[in-house]
Amino acid sequence: MATQSTRHIISLLMENESGALSRVAGLFSARGYNIESLTVAATEDTTLSRMTIVTSGSEAVIEQIIKQLNKLVDVVKVLDLNDGKFIERELMLVKVKATSAFREEMKRMCDIFRGRIIDVADGSFTIELTGSGNKLDAFIDSLDKAAILETVRTGASGIGRGDRILKV
Amino acid sequence: MEKSSKKISGAEILIRCLHEENVEFVFGYPGGAVLHIYDAIFHQDKFKHILVRHEQAALHAADAYSRSTGKVGVALVTSGPGATNAITGIATAYMDSIPMVIISGQVPTYAIGEDAFQECDTVGITRPCVKHNFLVKDVKDIAATLKKAFYVASSGRPGPVLVDIPKDITADLHSFDYPETVHLRSYNPVTKGHLGQIKKALKLLTEAKRPMVYSGGGVVLGDASAHLIKLIQALGLPITSTLMGLGGFPASDKKFLGMLGMHGTYEANMAMQECDVLLAVGARFDDRVIGNTAHFLSNPRTIIHIDIDPSSISKRVKIDVPIVGDVKSVLADMNELIATEKPQQNTAALNAWFKQIDTWRDKKCLNFAQSDEFIKPQYVIQKLHEVTKGEAFVTSDVGQHQMWAAQYYKFNEPRRWINSGGLGTMGVGLPYAMGVQFAHPNAQVACVTGEGSIQMNIQELSTCAQYHLPIKVIMLNNRYLGMVRQWQEFFYENRYSESYMDSLPNFVKLAEAYGHVGMQITQPGDVEAALKEAFAMKSRFVFMDFITDQKENVFPMIQNGKGLSEMILAEDL
Repeated sequence: MATQSTRHIISLLMENESGALSRVAGLFSARGYNIESLTVAATEDTTLSRMTIVTSGSEAVIEQIIKQLNKLVDVVKVLDLNDGKFIERELMLVKVKATSAFREEMKRMCDIFRGRIIDVADGSFTIELTGSGNKLDAFIDSLDKAAILETVRTGASGIGRGDRILKV
Repeated sequence: MEKSSKKISGAEILIRCLHEENVEFVFGYPGGAVLHIYDAIFHQDKFKHILVRHEQAALHAADAYSRSTGKVGVALVTSGPGATNAITGIATAYMDSIPMVIISGQVPTYAIGEDAFQECDTVGITRPCVKHNFLVKDVKDIAATLKKAFYVASSGRPGPVLVDIPKDITADLHSFDYPETVHLRSYNPVTKGHLGQIKKALKLLTEAKRPMVYSGGGVVLGDASAHLIKLIQALGLPITSTLMGLGGFPASDKKFLGMLGMHGTYEANMAMQECDVLLAVGARFDDRVIGNTAHFLSNPRTIIHIDIDPSSISKRVKIDVPIVGDVKSVLADMNELIATEKPQQNTAALNAWFKQIDTWRDKKCLNFAQSDEFIKPQYVIQKLHEVTKGEAFVTSDVGQHQMWAAQYYKFNEPRRWINSGGLGTMGVGLPYAMGVQFAHPNAQVACVTGEGSIQMNIQELSTCAQYHLPIKVIMLNNRYLGMVRQWQEFFYENRYSESYMDSLPNFVKLAEAYGHVGMQITQPGDVEAALKEAFAMKSRFVFMDFITDQKENVFPMIQNGKGLSEMILAEDL
């Protein structure tokens, strides 16, 4: 079996019931699968939650993950987004030092990455940035480490392109 | 279906649900959180409640009831320690895919999360070892939840389902309306196998030079034994079975090569390793069965795998022709294809293959040196088989005695061999025998155990007395935790760390203290007569303490990490 590990984004719909998230999280920890990130919220149909899991593993492991997720009684549908074309986005909020000398510089960096400053305080900005995980990483890398006060990331959300629709 | 606008308590609703499901036995133990339920049980007589002495035993007994009948086993425990005591039993059933519904009491809804007396997060604790679980938060949901629980437990790949019910919910009033059908949009187990795949599989099997069939617990659980026999007879294929599959194909048939795996026969393991086309039926290629996967895969072969659970396929070994479906339905389709298409087989190659198998058989790997001095454990099982004419239900605990029972009691029918294969739970033997005896009151039930395992649920001697269960305990007493000792001999240079069983009770007196018959057998010459005497006491529980050879080990043996053809045989030593 192929052993090369690749990153996969898995989307799933499950019953929006208490404990449903634990079932998925528990499955990953019990079987030793990776979770890079996991996001979940109710869909427009509030009886369903949609979850996006970013994981990595060999083809065989990913196949097992999909099968094991499908086996959970609460899971309605599972889609490995990597099986086709898809878009992923992640939201990050970064609080950075923005003292007089660096305020302009910080604003410029934010513009280059198409971020938005959503809170302005005496010595700091809070920047909102959306994009792929790589883009968010690149933004962090481009900042002076000492300037970063706090970061928070949502983890990736993904959706198939065009006709690829995950719906009940 | 019963419908009534009359309002009854949640506890009464629960009881009515169990009536609707035609439950015959509820194995349980009362406590604070389930008092309303027990009061409702007091007012009914449609099912019998069996009072065990420890919740773990309730779970095992319900599990064995299910294993021996195919019906859903039901257990009832209270909150907190009642539920935690049940965990081992739930995990045991889960590992072997046994359909069960477990009802656990919970502290009242208003007290949940407040660290109330006897509170624990039962749904959380059991989540990794159940097929599914529910917390009922409203009395109006009890009936629909129970319906779902029985459906999920018994459909698809079966498994235990737990329903946690807070105490106040069992007191609340509501009308009873048991749903006739159940639909879960998120749960649609496959039943029919893909016909194209089935055709492909049949072609491979008939064209094979060295075909081999490997059947597992799925054949037993799926009630597919008759279909498997038909297939094997039609194509004349050699067949082996896992520990869990024993009885799925008759051991007396010449095509049966015995059990495979860590303590499987030489012929079964060699044929597994050397075959060119392998058909796996309701089995899961686990570590105790195929040993080292790399070694197993070093011989090229085409593998066909029939399983109801897609996640069983290509989990440890890459499968060439997967067939997801109910084993019984897939085998029926296969048999129908054989009947209509009458495929040509490579008869010459098949004959040559059986010749090869016969040379492996000639090793007579299960032969053991008989002794006049010590009782050989294998001999006890052979005699047990003779005395019971091979027709007994045999439960076992876990260890050497379990392997000997599997090797020497030749099972010809499914659901007769009841043991914990997946989890390997010591202590199941006696409660398993109870569950079987309740389900089959007139059958011979033998519990093959060791002096280590039996003490893990010895308190159930009391339950057996209360319900007059005529079980025969066949205890192979070697004063060692035998399997631990065997591994210490092979891998730890005979350092017997904590594997000696000291301060054993006088089992004869212990049995008698509970009102049972106790026997101790020390001489090889007395084995057969003692067994006959015990089984002649049809209405009595007999505890037989066989003092066996302390040093006997289980062979063949594949050491951990070794491959199927790398067995150690008794003759090698």
